Amino acid sequence: MNKITSLADLKKMKDQVQNRLKMRENSDAVETLVQIKVGMATCGIASGAKDTMNFFVEETSHQAIDAVVTQTGCMGFCYAEPTVEVTLPGKEPVVFGHVDKAKAREIIDRYIIKGELVDGMIPMNFKTIHD
Amino acid sequence: MDIINVTVDNKPVVVRKGTTILEAAKSIGIKIPTLCHMKLDDLSIENKPGGCRICVVEVKGRRNLAPACCTEATDGMEISTHSIRAINARRTVMELILSDHPSDCLVCAKSGNCELQDMAHQLGIREIHYKGEQSTYREDTSPAIIRELNKCILCRRCEMMCNEVQTVGVLSAINRGFESVVSPAFEMNLDHSVCTYCGQCVAVCPTGALTEVDHTGAVVRALADPTKTVIVQTAPAVRAALGEEFEMEPGTLVTGKLVAALRRLGFDYVFDTDFGADLTIMEEGTELLNRLTRHIQGDPTVKLPILTSCCPAWVKFFEHQFPDMKDIPSTARSPQQMFGSIAKSYFAEKLGIKREDLVVVSIMPCVAKKYECGRDEFAVDGNPDVDFAITTRELAALIKVSNIQFRLLPNEDFDNPLGESTGAAVIFGTTGGVIEAAVRTAYELHTGKDLPRIDFTELRGMEGLRSAVIDFNGLPIHIGIAHGLGNARKLLEEIRSGKSHFHAIEIMSCPGGCIGGGGQPYHHGNAEVLKKRQMAIYREDANKAIRKSHENPYIQKLYEEYLGHPMSEKAHHLLHTVYFDRKH
Amino acid sequence: MSEYNMQILICGGTGCKASESEEIRNAFTELLNEYGLEEEVQVVMTGCFGFCEKGPIVKMMPDNTFYVHVTPADTEEIIKEHIVKGRQVERLLYRDPVTKTVIHDSKHMDFYKKQIRIALRNCGFIDPESIDEYIARDGYQALGTCLTERTPEQVIDEIKRSGLRGRGGGGFPTGLKWEITAKVPGDQKYVVCNADEGDPGAFMDRSILEGDPHSVIEAMAINGYCTGATKGLVYIRAEYPLAIARLKIALRQAREYGLLGTDILGSGFDFDIEIRYGAGAFVCGEETALIHSMEGCRGEPTFKPPFPSESGFLGKPTNVNNVETYANIPVIINKGADWFCTIGSEKSKGTKVFALAGKINNVGLIEVPMGTTLREVIYDIGGGIRGGKKFKAVQTGGPSGGLLTTEFLDTPIDYDNLTAAGSMMGSGGMIVMDEDDCMVAIAKFYLGFTVEESCGKCAPCRIGNKRLYEILERITEGKGTMEDIDRLQLLGNVIKDASLCGLGQTSPNPVLSSLKHFRNEYLAHVRDQSCPAGQCKALVKYTVIEDKCTGCTLCFRNCPVGAITGEKREVHFIDQSLCIKCGVCFDKCKFGAILVS
Repeated sequence: MNKITSLADLKKMKDQVQNRLKMRENSDAVETLVQIKVGMATCGIASGAKDTMNFFVEETSHQAIDAVVTQTGCMGFCYAEPTVEVTLPGKEPVVFGHVDKAKAREIIDRYIIKGELVDGMIPMNFKTIHD
Repeated sequence: MDIINVTVDNKPVVVRKGTTILEAAKSIGIKIPTLCHMKLDDLSIENKPGGCRICVVEVKGRRNLAPACCTEATDGMEISTHSIRAINARRTVMELILSDHPSDCLVCAKSGNCELQDMAHQLGIREIHYKGEQSTYREDTSPAIIRELNKCILCRRCEMMCNEVQTVGVLSAINRGFESVVSPAFEMNLDHSVCTYCGQCVAVCPTGALTEVDHTGAVVRALADPTKTVIVQTAPAVRAALGEEFEMEPGTLVTGKLVAALRRLGFDYVFDTDFGADLTIMEEGTELLNRLTRHIQGDPTVKLPILTSCCPAWVKFFEHQFPDMKDIPSTARSPQQMFGSIAKSYFAEKLGIKREDLVVVSIMPCVAKKYECGRDEFAVDGNPDVDFAITTRELAALIKVSNIQFRLLPNEDFDNPLGESTGAAVIFGTTGGVIEAAVRTAYELHTGKDLPRIDFTELRGMEGLRSAVIDFNGLPIHIGIAHGLGNARKLLEEIRSGKSHFHAIEIMSCPGGCIGGGGQPYHHGNAEVLKKRQMAIYREDANKAIRKSHENPYIQKLYEEYLGHPMSEKAHHLLHTVYFDRKH
Repeated sequence: MSEYNMQILICGGTGCKASESEEIRNAFTELLNEYGLEEEVQVVMTGCFGFCEKGPIVKMMPDNTFYVHVTPADTEEIIKEHIVKGRQVERLLYRDPVTKTVIHDSKHMDFYKKQIRIALRNCGFIDPESIDEYIARDGYQALGTCLTERTPEQVIDEIKRSGLRGRGGGGFPTGLKWEITAKVPGDQKYVVCNADEGDPGAFMDRSILEGDPHSVIEAMAINGYCTGATKGLVYIRAEYPLAIARLKIALRQAREYGLLGTDILGSGFDFDIEIRYGAGAFVCGEETALIHSMEGCRGEPTFKPPFPSESGFLGKPTNVNNVETYANIPVIINKGADWFCTIGSEKSKGTKVFALAGKINNVGLIEVPMGTTLREVIYDIGGGIRGGKKFKAVQTGGPSGGLLTTEFLDTPIDYDNLTAAGSMMGSGGMIVMDEDDCMVAIAKFYLGFTVEESCGKCAPCRIGNKRLYEILERITEGKGTMEDIDRLQLLGNVIKDASLCGLGQTSPNPVLSSLKHFRNEYLAHVRDQSCPAGQCKALVKYTVIEDKCTGCTLCFRNCPVGAITGEKREVHFIDQSLCIKCGVCFDKCKFGAILVS
């Protein structure tokens, strides 16, 4: 193991290891972050929700978006799996259907980063999945 | 600013910074009661654990009471030694201590000499309001010291003497809380420990928790036995201290009365250990010269420095702690044992009685002598050279029991032949004395000249470690002196590491030498007592007609008639000894 | 580094470990392999979450689900449901004791809501065995800043301005202590961490060392830099094996990274830390006793002055601070004294960690800002008294503290207020008592502890406390006299006034404060021969209510000493001379026919 020989070194080291705790830090302050919930019930998984989820995890990390990616149970839109709920800070949650990798990229690039509307939203009459 | 102003009981007092409240009060004549505290000035011996809390005083503005013995006075401090709050606490603490102390004062060995008893009296304790469980411990009897820990008040003086002064490290507090007690490790018996029996724990114990083994009964039985011839020898330091037991001023020499008292007790012959001391000088001095000459001649096998070997606690100390160096001390037996050996051979032959019918009693300032006379190598066919060693205190008790009016006794002389001695022997009783006596003889034997002066004041004093160079007619002899085993340890470690430049070293276990022995009348923490005893010893020496051991006519006669010459085979057999490795 | 989708945080504190959290971790690891999820889900063992009452605790990240009372058998369900299907396992979620509703996230639990975690900032959050995770949380930044950008005087000034006071109980200003040690000349100085936590029911320091050992190491190094010490010593009781193990790992890692050793961060500053083990003596929490113990001597206090800052370990200037005090230091340096000062009360800045115990719903470790009231701690965070019973008192400051009764419920907790209320802050033990607790028995309990833990050096503590205890024993046995009650007061005051060290000077506090607030209970024991709380067995009397007894013989058959006689279907009788007051008859009787008086 290399020794840390200066304060600058230490700061560099911190930047390297910070990612490890990102998930924990973020989940502690979830209201201020982008929350992405991927439906991972049997129906979702069968439709490729797992790949979708992994893509969100990797891509948000890659683009340094402060986002919390969690999985959730069946949202009741089995016809539209994989389904994903996205909540931007201070905004109402939005659910997208048929989210494959391409769709996921679109959601990230346009809805999350730019705040533009994206096709494939499912009309909602409840606030969030848990309520 | 090194000077501070305080008031004690509204009296202003100016003291140096660093002065304790106790000392500040004392400087204007206010004596604050103390129990665990003890300070021997000039000897750098102080016990102030702050544990008994008897000396608490009220300090204005302070949250709680302050222990006077270990609280430094600070500028502007207003101290009250007798506020109701302080007195109440003091008396309550005293009651607490007494509530965990047996109340068998009437039959306690320490009765009349007990600091706890005195304090209870001083504080006017008439009732103990706190009753409850009392500590009970088994009694531990060793060849010299009895530990009766039910009477221990945890003042920790013994612990301080054993660890800090003597560096023997046997006694320390063990267990916790109410179960705390001072004991050897694992509560082993003293005689299984490395205890040297120096008796300094006994000398400072304020209560009856530590006392010497009482042999007066055995002595009385021997005196009462018509088939026995009972002779007695008394050590030099006894005559400088015994008077204190009879309300005489410390430093009063009572040699003549001592002899008279012993005669009235019924001893058949009253002899002097000083005779043995003169004999020691003959042997030890010769051994020193012998080693010195070989050293000068370049003999690589010779061991220097030579160390004195008269002190039994010191002998046991190095047998336990420095067994690798047991060939360094002189092989000469102690004066007590030389006396015993000669008494039971030479003198018994003179009387024409069997050694078994001769009882040799010694009066010693020491408790370790009880152990020494019981060592196997100092007996012939199981019959010890010295049968019983009793302390100065035991002798005083015996005189009192026998209703002998000590102060009214005439001065009498020792019997002959073993009662004749020189000034050189007398000074064995104080630190520096043995080596001064040895120098007086060795100088004349070595140079063949008369000493230009007899008093070697450079060897005298009370400092724990001293050194001097004595000119042996062009040959500088380096002398070291240590009293207190902690000081001895320093010199021994120097020798072990090859850094010692001494030719001869005198070592005494007890602070001050034998005058401060564990069997002496209690000094109760007053160092002045020791100094006065030391002065008395030198006075006795100065008054002696003969002051060099080799000039003692009865010693000369003993060699002529019996031993031949110093270090002769017979002398070797009777007057020398071997040491044992007690570490392994 | 591969990206995990989820993390499972498992509490690795001593309490949860004792409830098989290690097995839970192993089960998770095995199952994740079995399910092929080891690449996606990371298992982390952290320090204590604080909510020990509910342990073992498992936290799921990133959704922050808080599972309580988890057993190794529950792991499969968590994986199948929560991880695979994204459904929370509802039966393992926390339920609000009042509303009975399920709360899945710790942030919404009353227990956590009012807490501010500074000293415990990393406990339950990071893996204490990973220095990287500590560094990721700004670890060693404070040390780096101090060594490269600030002078020792500046750092001391920062600590002084923060108003941080010693968290071990004394409340001495930390910055001032550092300054004194820094100013005393010495060729060798020492930094000591006092981890000899000994109050009954207290485990603040243990949890910090178990959960975030690096914060203490970092702070000690900062202290070394400020005072000129190059050697640090952690005095920790040997009965804290987990804390010791974690500390050893942390020390090794810090050395490997060069954060301990020579020329730390290229600054030329040398510092290293050794561990010294204590044998578990309460008195060794007293700094002079602690130092003697570290020196290999009997652990007993000596009078001060000299203070350790002048003459401490091996006679050298020594700075002694407690674990929690140190844990605050890096945060103060990183965030600044001004920030720290915004938390807490006027004279007591920052937060305090308490170990909540006793008759309270939420037993555990909490950290609240100074100035929080007892009511908030007991009712909001602590969830109130167990079983809906009535609050009687709370003991703060452990065996050295005193009782605080209902009248002090709205007193803001800080050093000065607690002292003024007749108790003390102490190191943070907080034991709650309800109406069923006999205050005489409680005083006896605490005093029993002191009697055991007294070092025996000074007479008032050694003998005085024993006698106090004996008086209390008499009173609880119904053998006390009115004079005994006066004696308690008188003797208690002398012990306080005349004892050598803090242990003795505070030991009668539980007795004196219960006498003050609950004198009636003492009087009841002595005068009426009764224990109002029904706790003192010798004073409790079991009798049969004749009207209610059906003669079912159940009590007769269950009495272990045959004190009950009576024929079937006839009224039974309890022989008082034989009764050992075990209460079995009362428990067994289905007709309420046993009267306890």
